[in-house]
Amino acid sequence: MSNVSVDANDSSVAESQPQDNTRRRFLTVATSVVGGAGVVGAAIPFIGSWNPSAKARAAGADVEVDISKVQPGQLIRVIWRSKPVWVVRRTPELLASLEQHENQLKDPNSEQEQQPTFAQNRYRSLKEEYLVLVGICTHLGCSPQHLKDGAFAQYAEGVSEGFFCPCHGSKFDMSGRVFESVPAPLNLVVPPYQYLDDATLLIGQEAEA
Amino acid sequence: MKALLDWIEYRIPMMRVANMHAIQYPAPKNMNFWYIFGFLATIVLINQIVTGIWLTMSFEPSAERAFASVEYIMRDVEYGYILRYMHSTGASAFFIVVYLHMFRGMMYGSYQKPRELLWLFGMFIYLALMAEAFMGYVLPWGQMSYWGAQVIVSLFGAIPVVGPDLVVWIQGDYVISGATLNRFFALHVIALPLVIVILVFLHIVALHEVGSNNPDGVEVKRKKGSLKEEEKTSFEMHEYYTKKYDIIDDVVPFFPHIVLKDLVAFVVFLAFFSYVMFFNPEMGGYFLEHPNFEIANPLKTPEHIFPVWYFTPFYAILKAVPDKLLGVIAMFAAIIALFLLPWFDRGTIRSWRYRSGLHKVNLLVFAAVFVFLGYLGGTPQENWKIVASQIATVMYFGFFGLLWIYSKNEHEKENLKPVPERITK
Amino acid sequence: MKKLVLFISLLVPSLVFAAGSNYPLDKANYDLTDKASLQSGAMLFNNYCLGCHNMQYQRYSRSFEDLGIPVELGAELLQFTGEKPTDHIKSAIPAESAATWFGAPPPDLTLVARVRGADWLYTYLRTFYVDENKTFGVNNKVFPDVGMPHVLQELQGTPREAKEERMVDGEMVMLNAGIKSDGDGELDAAQYDKAVLDLVNYLVYVGEPSRLKSEAIGRWVLMFLVVLFIFVYLLKKEYWRDVH
Repeated sequence: MSNVSVDANDSSVAESQPQDNTRRRFLTVATSVVGGAGVVGAAIPFIGSWNPSAKARAAGADVEVDISKVQPGQLIRVIWRSKPVWVVRRTPELLASLEQHENQLKDPNSEQEQQPTFAQNRYRSLKEEYLVLVGICTHLGCSPQHLKDGAFAQYAEGVSEGFFCPCHGSKFDMSGRVFESVPAPLNLVVPPYQYLDDATLLIGQEAEA
Repeated sequence: MKALLDWIEYRIPMMRVANMHAIQYPAPKNMNFWYIFGFLATIVLINQIVTGIWLTMSFEPSAERAFASVEYIMRDVEYGYILRYMHSTGASAFFIVVYLHMFRGMMYGSYQKPRELLWLFGMFIYLALMAEAFMGYVLPWGQMSYWGAQVIVSLFGAIPVVGPDLVVWIQGDYVISGATLNRFFALHVIALPLVIVILVFLHIVALHEVGSNNPDGVEVKRKKGSLKEEEKTSFEMHEYYTKKYDIIDDVVPFFPHIVLKDLVAFVVFLAFFSYVMFFNPEMGGYFLEHPNFEIANPLKTPEHIFPVWYFTPFYAILKAVPDKLLGVIAMFAAIIALFLLPWFDRGTIRSWRYRSGLHKVNLLVFAAVFVFLGYLGGTPQENWKIVASQIATVMYFGFFGLLWIYSKNEHEKENLKPVPERITK
Repeated sequence: MKKLVLFISLLVPSLVFAAGSNYPLDKANYDLTDKASLQSGAMLFNNYCLGCHNMQYQRYSRSFEDLGIPVELGAELLQFTGEKPTDHIKSAIPAESAATWFGAPPPDLTLVARVRGADWLYTYLRTFYVDENKTFGVNNKVFPDVGMPHVLQELQGTPREAKEERMVDGEMVMLNAGIKSDGDGELDAAQYDKAVLDLVNYLVYVGEPSRLKSEAIGRWVLMFLVVLFIFVYLLKKEYWRDVH
């Protein structure tokens, strides 16, 4: 039990010439390094196989959305990467109301990175009229409800329309900005998207600069 | 670092085990090429477990999805084909190294006293491995998976009285079906690997208790006090061994000496393994059979049904007997005979180097017969093969009978090369 | 060591391939690196085979990617079924109706090259011949009584069993002289063989789309193992130097 190191054996055999030990040490280190590289290489397929498969990538591909039929005030849902994405056509009145409750918001200027840079504005969108959001609460992943025509006012005074999460009561305005004193810490996520033409949205990819 | 090691050592015997079973474990220095296969089998076992775990992450064990999910692994999962080929090549590699490992034991008498239990544990591993491989082959749900399972499970139907009910019970259905697939999956990924790992552990414990044999069959652990100081090994061996025995100067520590030797063999083995895996995973239809790339179809039997190559010797014995029940009995007897090898051999000389010419011939003929049976069981039926397989079956069992007869007084024979006192080189 | 090599070589006797007939198979000299051939094969498959047969484990996009076809172009020229390029290659006809037309559902062809072998496919597609007694008016040499029409006939022309008169033992005998087209197809005999070879090439590729990648990785692995071997061997020598 006294000998815990391998070298204990070596010294008892070889007439430990310093030269020999150097060679031995060098070969031990060199073999370990090469062998270690082999282990790393062998790990690649095991690690790589956890990446999304072709099936998952096919299901998570960019989605084209036809927005020509969306009425003012209407919200449509599309599925992108198995997540609900909302597209809302906001009325001019709604757009005008967005600045009035900014004092009740946690991050009114979208300083946290919850959106592509093009959406870092009051409307959190590329075109003011159309709001595109991932419909998943930033608290624990429930999908909030769209409350309109004054139904939202019971949760936020003076705000007639917004998103309310039934799970833990988090509240968001019609730009997906989170209100103060609710469990959700961040604004709703704006996915990368672009307009292919006036009537077609492509969700999943920003337009190239 | 030392403080940490001491802290651990106080609580679990980490270094004590490492010293006793590796760093200060006396291994005969003349362990040759044939002694690498135990190490390789362990490596392949680890490979099978790790790749198996990864394959279960994408495999779907149902009759509807199994075949498609294997192709999903082959095409859609990143590097999935590498994982799958590592596993499928590993299955065949396992049997190659295990067969060579067993043949080594037969050449050098490693099953003889006091290593009978060691041999028995080994045979149980072999048996569990056959069950494991058989059930694993069902999972891809190809034509050979299905019909191979059909044939093997039907064997149980030969048992008088309970046979037919037993078959239905094993299948969980009136035919091989999704229910069968699911239970085989459970056994293949959890139950049998657990059994195999425990048996391997026992196999190694048993080995280290009695010590490793060697090509000369000469005992390296001698009676306490029988050796002069200069005859003892200069390596420091664990007191567990030195207290009971004097250890002769023909040993090296398992670590690093034997491990390094094994590593050299391991790299060469890996080269062969990689060649098959990356360039030739089907191995001409032997490692992955061609009909198994077609989805299982209960209405259409493939033209020729063969088990995978590692089962074919026993399959040939089964087919050689023209009676269903007797055929099944003969097949199982062929495996049981191997179990009883330590008692068939009544000789006292271990290594075939010092045994009679008759024994050498007998053993080589046995190996040849085994391979020949494998050929017969793995190729399409022809008339001459029926007689040939019957003769080969008789010769297979003849090996054990002959051994039992001549081994009793073999050591009294003249003109035998004397067993040396010390290990020869 | 010699014994071992012998032992292993005995374990792997030469391959006996189980084919339905004993018709001698022609060698298919396919080349997985020949992208032009693979593309032409994909075109043939999607035009002539996909009408009835699925290739349901392969995605269009995978074929496009591996064959060097831009996805938009592939989707336009080669994709007749499915909605997205990532969809699986599936026939437009439902399996049930196909089963009633042909007596059995046409088999999926994703893995047919791994089941049958390239040589079998190459010979099979070139040995249809006119046989009026059969449902589809044709029979096949390597797959007698096959329940499939000769879909490539417009390329090959009408294939007939050719007979030849030869002197055998002083008597004139009619002997089989292979299959000859009437020449009413779009391709001549050599072009047809090449077209079939392209198709077989594509089927071999689809059977195992990772083949080339696998071999490329394999070469690196083997080279690495040579290096590792040198180090491990030297280290082993070093430690065993003192053991006599």
